[in-house]
Amino acid sequence: MPASLLAIPLLPLASFVITLLVGRRWGARAHWLPIVAVLLSFCCALAAFFRVQSGVIINQDIYTWIQSGNLNVSVGFLVDQLTAVMLIVVTSVSSLVHIYSVGYMKGEEGYYRFFAYLSLFTFSMLMLVLGNNFLQLFFGWEAVGLSSYLLIGFYYNKRSAADAGKKAFIVNRFGDFGFLLGLFLVFTLFGSLHYHEVFGRVGELEGQTINLFGSRVNAATLIALLLFCGAIGKSAQIPLHVWLPDAMEGPTPVSALIHAATMVTAGVFLIARCNPIFALSPATLNLITVLGAVTALFAATIALVQTDIKRVVAYSTVSQLAYMFIGCGVGAYSAGIFHLFTHAYFKALLFLGCGSVILGMHHEQDVRSMGGLKEKMPITYWTFLLASLSIAGVPGLAGFFSKDEILLMAFNTDLAAGKFAWAVGTLVAFMTAFYSFRLLFLIFHGEFRGTEEQRHHLHESPAVVTVPLMLLAVGAVTAGWFGVPALLGGDNHWAHFLEPVLGHPHVHVSAATEALLMGSSILAGVCGIGLAYYLYRLKPQLPSLAAERLAFVYRLLLNKYYIDELYDAILVKPTLAFSRKVVLRIVDMACIEGVVNGLPKAIGAFAERLRRLQDGQVAHYLAWMGGGALALVAVLLIGL
Amino acid sequence: MSMPLLSILIFFPILGGLSLLCVPRQQTATIRLMAFFVSLVELLLTLPLVLLFDKSTHVMQFVEQHPWIPALHINYSLGIDGISILFLLLTALIIVLSVLVSWESIGDKVPEFFIAMLLLEGAMMGVFCATDFILFYIFWEAMLIPMFLIIGIWGGPNRIYATVKFFLYTLVGSLLMLVGIILLYQHGGRTFDILKLAGQAYPLKLQLILFWAFFAAFAVKVPMWPVHTWLPGAHTEAPAAGSVILAGVLIKMGAYGFLRFSLPILPDATQQMMLPMLALSVIAIVYGAVICLAQTDLKRLIAYSSVSHMGFVTLGLFALNQRGLEGSILQMINHGLVTGALFLAVGMIYERTHTREIAAYGGLASTMPVFAGFFLLFTLAAVGLPGTNGFIGEFLILLGGFESQPWAAVIAASGLILGAWYMLWLYQRIFFNEVRDGMRGLIQLNLREILTLAPMAVLILWIGLYPNALLSFLHVSVGHLLDQVHGVGLAGPVLPPLTSYLP
Repeated sequence: MPASLLAIPLLPLASFVITLLVGRRWGARAHWLPIVAVLLSFCCALAAFFRVQSGVIINQDIYTWIQSGNLNVSVGFLVDQLTAVMLIVVTSVSSLVHIYSVGYMKGEEGYYRFFAYLSLFTFSMLMLVLGNNFLQLFFGWEAVGLSSYLLIGFYYNKRSAADAGKKAFIVNRFGDFGFLLGLFLVFTLFGSLHYHEVFGRVGELEGQTINLFGSRVNAATLIALLLFCGAIGKSAQIPLHVWLPDAMEGPTPVSALIHAATMVTAGVFLIARCNPIFALSPATLNLITVLGAVTALFAATIALVQTDIKRVVAYSTVSQLAYMFIGCGVGAYSAGIFHLFTHAYFKALLFLGCGSVILGMHHEQDVRSMGGLKEKMPITYWTFLLASLSIAGVPGLAGFFSKDEILLMAFNTDLAAGKFAWAVGTLVAFMTAFYSFRLLFLIFHGEFRGTEEQRHHLHESPAVVTVPLMLLAVGAVTAGWFGVPALLGGDNHWAHFLEPVLGHPHVHVSAATEALLMGSSILAGVCGIGLAYYLYRLKPQLPSLAAERLAFVYRLLLNKYYIDELYDAILVKPTLAFSRKVVLRIVDMACIEGVVNGLPKAIGAFAERLRRLQDGQVAHYLAWMGGGALALVAVLLIGL
Repeated sequence: MSMPLLSILIFFPILGGLSLLCVPRQQTATIRLMAFFVSLVELLLTLPLVLLFDKSTHVMQFVEQHPWIPALHINYSLGIDGISILFLLLTALIIVLSVLVSWESIGDKVPEFFIAMLLLEGAMMGVFCATDFILFYIFWEAMLIPMFLIIGIWGGPNRIYATVKFFLYTLVGSLLMLVGIILLYQHGGRTFDILKLAGQAYPLKLQLILFWAFFAAFAVKVPMWPVHTWLPGAHTEAPAAGSVILAGVLIKMGAYGFLRFSLPILPDATQQMMLPMLALSVIAIVYGAVICLAQTDLKRLIAYSSVSHMGFVTLGLFALNQRGLEGSILQMINHGLVTGALFLAVGMIYERTHTREIAAYGGLASTMPVFAGFFLLFTLAAVGLPGTNGFIGEFLILLGGFESQPWAAVIAASGLILGAWYMLWLYQRIFFNEVRDGMRGLIQLNLREILTLAPMAVLILWIGLYPNALLSFLHVSVGHLLDQVHGVGLAGPVLPPLTSYLP
């Protein structure tokens, strides 16, 4: 194995360890080692990418991690087309976020800690995508969860931040519960956890059923569903989406890197990686598609009314991740990964743009206190505009190509849920364009609505912040050019590149239909932008009027459909009450302890009674003796 | 082998402990140093065992055998296999750290404390080395006395109640075991040799009687649900070192007992009782975790989490397959390290704040960052994060459980969710949130304390990343144990028909 490949995860790991141990002494220079490490890692990732492009696929074990009986799990790397793409996404966005953080986190307490955690995250994510077996995937999966926990709770003295970190970890554990059982099932059926072994013999699953509580269940479906549980948690899909919006408590660069570009897409990566298993289960694919469509719509509606700029973008992320799931669900894994790729850049850009605004506004995040920032923050504005155009699906920009590919594939598929997903997806495209431009107009256009002091201090961010924005803007524009469809004169290079790993479904819709689909999605985007312009630029009094008229809907959306409250009422509170009132008080203290303490007490009480017999009165003794003798005689007589 | 290495291992700490009597009792510094020195030498004495150990055989190694009470066929016989050697290492390490954590926290009756601890070490070593049932029983009961004293003399305000409860609970169980041992002696060809007792086929009815007799002793020690209620009290009242030894080694004895006696000697009963045992394990896992959510006392919470974690251990044990057993044994070591480390850490923080009330804490990550880092690692190991040792153990146990009885693994895996919930909640309440009054200006960890926690941290990560270092000791011995349980390669009765012993 080339050393440069090993260096990809090891450089950030070394940076993490060193920075954590001695970084405190470096003070404001603590960022140097992590930045250099991640940049070198990026270069190595590029080298790995070109090696793959030239046709070299690496699948090699490094050392045996766990060995027990016939279980043999290694730490090892698989570098194929899918991994190569992920390596580029992770290291490039991570590098830019590292640099951006120098400006964003300047002067913060725990500066070195922040960079150490970023390195830890980068290492974990790279291990996740590089692994050549399920267990290493799980290792990375949990390790990114840990980094996420640490970074969400970076301002740990703030209760809400500490709560959010804990919530993210625990909610993810629900998904991991299924994921782990899925791994067990894979191992029991295949006797191995290595990808090549499992996927190579995946055909054995066909027709195989498993006895689940008395009913026979298709083995492939069960495995796919269990693995999908993990994906639901990590990628914040319904019903485990609740952690992601709260995760915005973390510093904004973290939101961009972990909660938009990389970690949350791990679920999509998981499905794409395991596509040979998922392909065997149309039932699961249908479920993924439907759940994706529902989540996309659900999150987009919430994003329509949120006032915290990071929350808008967070719900937008949930919604966009759902697009990727639709792509995977309809069997167009490469389309899902394509959207993962383009989304990484335009969404990271949106988040970092928000961060720049937050810096300029001195940590104000409420959109109602902003407005007209365009003049004071031109670079932030223009890059934010490009990202918004990209996510809105304006032709030529990155988001357009990938979103279009997913919608086309959803329409194209024979899967029952395909048309439904297409229709919802197109509707969501309209909403996406609307809320993105609502945000843009509210932040950058119109009158400034903040305090006089905020206006006075308003400033464009330093170059260390704006340069990453500009570089990401390049990505947000051009990332889609790798997958220009044949209809527009391209050769869909992207799908062909990934075809050896992910396959490519046959497209049987006519060119005219394809053009019509494309037209409708462009129209949806343009209408969304238009409506946002009408409501927030031309008739700014209308939105509040609408909110008043539709007060019920508005409150429902503003409160995120009360899902958090629901979980609290049906899950958290009852469990805690059950724990205190039933388990501790009744079972443990009353029942078990009752017996444990009751037994000696009963013996003591019995002894107390017995003791009274021996009261020193000769007359009593005589009576007992007489009684005893009589009883004895009686027994003997009856016995004989 | 000419050197009686195991005897040295057992008697060196006992003699070392007694030698503290020679030092005038005012010279506490000398006494501490000597105790530390003895425990350290003891740890070094385990090294030759590791180096000379032959992993390729299940046969007992470093065997010593001398007649002791020939009239009753009781021998002084010692030996270790791949399973017991790991516990010797764990015990030796735990004692060194326990001495270190008691450095300043024990101010009263210093020599007696360290003597009790070293005597306890000798007895624990004896338990893991004995291959004669009576010898085992003697060491088993001998452990009780120093532990009883450590809790009863140097414990917290409720120590008398806690220690008497601990003593009676375990004594009742042990007495039933003694009856079982005698019964086995009568039916097993008048021998107390564990290896000879194991090779025989006993009638199922007898096996079942013996199984429950042993169960009484071992289940209390583990502790399995529902005989766990002595543990929270004992942990809460014990001094830090007492809790560390209790969690680190003592409660492993129960599971070790199952491994060494119930499984190989009573294979048919074990298989017959597999489902009830798995059910009890699963209940312990969920029950222990749920009850942690209601705890307000730091040590009580960790004590109940032990109930949950030991549930995993017994789950793996009674999965009765390679992965389950190896995971279970590894998890015993892991639990000793992780929960031991947690109790060490709690001891350190208690010395500073003098409260165990979780609600009194808050924001310690700001005031004691290094300590917070250590505690985070221990917390993560306790919730079984991959990369830490806790994951390897739980993964193997759950996988073994899944292969054996999927429902058990499915329910047990929910313990992972609950585990994350109570541990991270605990961590948040102590280290995160606003810095509370009284939590400011706490003294940072000193070098001694860092050196106490560091070995645990290193081992947690080392086993997490390279578990084969320990697992490789187990493969052959566990394989042999499984052969015994499943009756493979059983030589058949070498003694007269067993019916001749029955009345």
